[in-house]
Amino acid sequence: MNFPLDLLLVPSAAHPWTYLIFGLIGFAFGFTLEMSGFGDSRKLAAQFYFTDMTVLKVMFTAIAIAMVLLFATVGLGVLNFGQVWVNPTYISSGIAGGLIMGVGFIIGGFCPTTSLASASTGKIDGMFFMLGGFFGAFLFGETEQFFTNWYNNSGYYGRITLDQVFGVPTGWVVLGIVLMALFMFWGAEQLERIIGKKDQSKEPKLHVAGAGVLLVLALAVVFIGSPSLDAKYNKKTFNRTESIPQLQGDPLVTKVTYTADQMLQKRLVQVSPAELFKTRYNQSVNLIMLDVRPESDYNLYHINGAINVPLEKLESVVPSLLSEPPANSVFVVMSNDETGAAQAWKKLVASAVPNVYILEGGINHWIAFFGKDEGFQMIATPGKDQLVYMFPAALGNKYASCDPNPQKYEELDFETKIKLDLKRDKSGGGCG
Amino acid sequence: MTTAPATKKSFFNRPTKPYVDPYLGGAILGVILFLAFFFTGNGLGSSGATTRIDAAIVDTIAPQHVDKTPYLLKMAGGDKNPLDDWILPVFFGALLGGFASGFFGGRLKFETRKGRKISNRTRWLLAFVGGAIFLYGARMARGCTSGQALSGGATLAAGSWLVMFSIFASAYALAYFVRKLWL
Repeated sequence: MNFPLDLLLVPSAAHPWTYLIFGLIGFAFGFTLEMSGFGDSRKLAAQFYFTDMTVLKVMFTAIAIAMVLLFATVGLGVLNFGQVWVNPTYISSGIAGGLIMGVGFIIGGFCPTTSLASASTGKIDGMFFMLGGFFGAFLFGETEQFFTNWYNNSGYYGRITLDQVFGVPTGWVVLGIVLMALFMFWGAEQLERIIGKKDQSKEPKLHVAGAGVLLVLALAVVFIGSPSLDAKYNKKTFNRTESIPQLQGDPLVTKVTYTADQMLQKRLVQVSPAELFKTRYNQSVNLIMLDVRPESDYNLYHINGAINVPLEKLESVVPSLLSEPPANSVFVVMSNDETGAAQAWKKLVASAVPNVYILEGGINHWIAFFGKDEGFQMIATPGKDQLVYMFPAALGNKYASCDPNPQKYEELDFETKIKLDLKRDKSGGGCG
Repeated sequence: MTTAPATKKSFFNRPTKPYVDPYLGGAILGVILFLAFFFTGNGLGSSGATTRIDAAIVDTIAPQHVDKTPYLLKMAGGDKNPLDDWILPVFFGALLGGFASGFFGGRLKFETRKGRKISNRTRWLLAFVGGAIFLYGARMARGCTSGQALSGGATLAAGSWLVMFSIFASAYALAYFVRKLWL
């Protein structure tokens, strides 16, 4: 079983119960917020006067607990982190939006979800906050066009996590945040005692035990570490439908699940030069061509628009590949034949990059298909995964066949291999 | 509504129970957040639903306006239904969940929570203004305290931690000047 469940990544009308699952999650969310006191604006605002630090305690306990459980299951290889939604980083709009939210918080007394807990229990100020919220969100929709470039591009880093920012293993960041949270809880208790004049002699002793459990869990995350790429690769599965023609009636359509190695062996991920060529003109597909050969080969000849990422550098670009819109991004890796490309494919698939394909036969096949007229000389005894052609000059993408004339190749026959398997697009924004 | 004696249990007048221990509440919330990620790959949130409901209203009243507004177009353009998103069931679930908890805790009551020095009307006006400002910021930051701070915080999203600290920074910076609203 793969977690998260494919069926639940996006709810769909084909499975109405998926909406119910999200409804239940929301129910538990609202229930917990209300029972923690988040329906009361005065209790929330007290956070900012140091008299009642409930907001900080609830929030950081929740973050710490969810984080250790998340990265423990990721480390154990049960949960696929590549499928977990990580908010993309936009530094400028993130900070500006955060500062604006803080103003709304201290004036309005709520954040959006707590206003739901408040309004649903009859608090009139909560209802007004909700109404105001609809107005504010509407206003944003109307004004976004005036700063859309800044909003969408300024300080954009895509999917980037703190361990990547600091360059340390995930487990250490998890441990660091848990220690920071525990320190903040201690500080919060001191503030409530001094400023809030709260009698703390009755505080349950269980708090210390809870802190201990949290710390042990965080240490476990450090100990478990991250799953190896091999382990992730072996767990990866692909869903395909196969239709078997019948003697009578409609063909029999069955759903099959393949492992990654089966996909390679059955040649379900090797796209022909013709299909790649056609895909370059498909407006609905965000095609990214990765040329994984050494730079020298790339300089000799490459397909127009392909990006040179030599195999050894591939891992460093994975985060930016993951931040491409997942719904319609297609990655095609290529080498001189297929050897290097297959290695790259395995790496990317293991790193949970969606929709990765291999150029069938590599650059050599591409030239054989589109470059017949260019009269390149053949090398007598080419090595494995080497160019079989000789080039008069290192013209890169300036040869005619690097960017074949679409009119000349209007009609092409090929077997379609590209299938978009993950349909999840957050461009319209969930809460994130 | 009939006036029930205070001792008798009625739907809106149940004995008020205290709130749960904040660390326990936080731990439960953390487990819910984890389960949401574990099974669906999505975290928690709500402000996205506000935007989508807005988009649906605009799409019904003035569909041609959607075509002129890029931000709405992404959600409601063409045959897209802005309400068909995971955030909507979470939003309505949260409303129901809050109500249920309020019911069991005896906290279902029409009232206005505020500082002693301001009138109800002032509080309502400021709640409306605050809500508008908050959601404007939430859409700019692509998520609110739940979608960014809570969910993004737990997945170690770098930008979410920036958003979280920004929220607290400006709220603390401004708190002194609006203390009359709350103290």
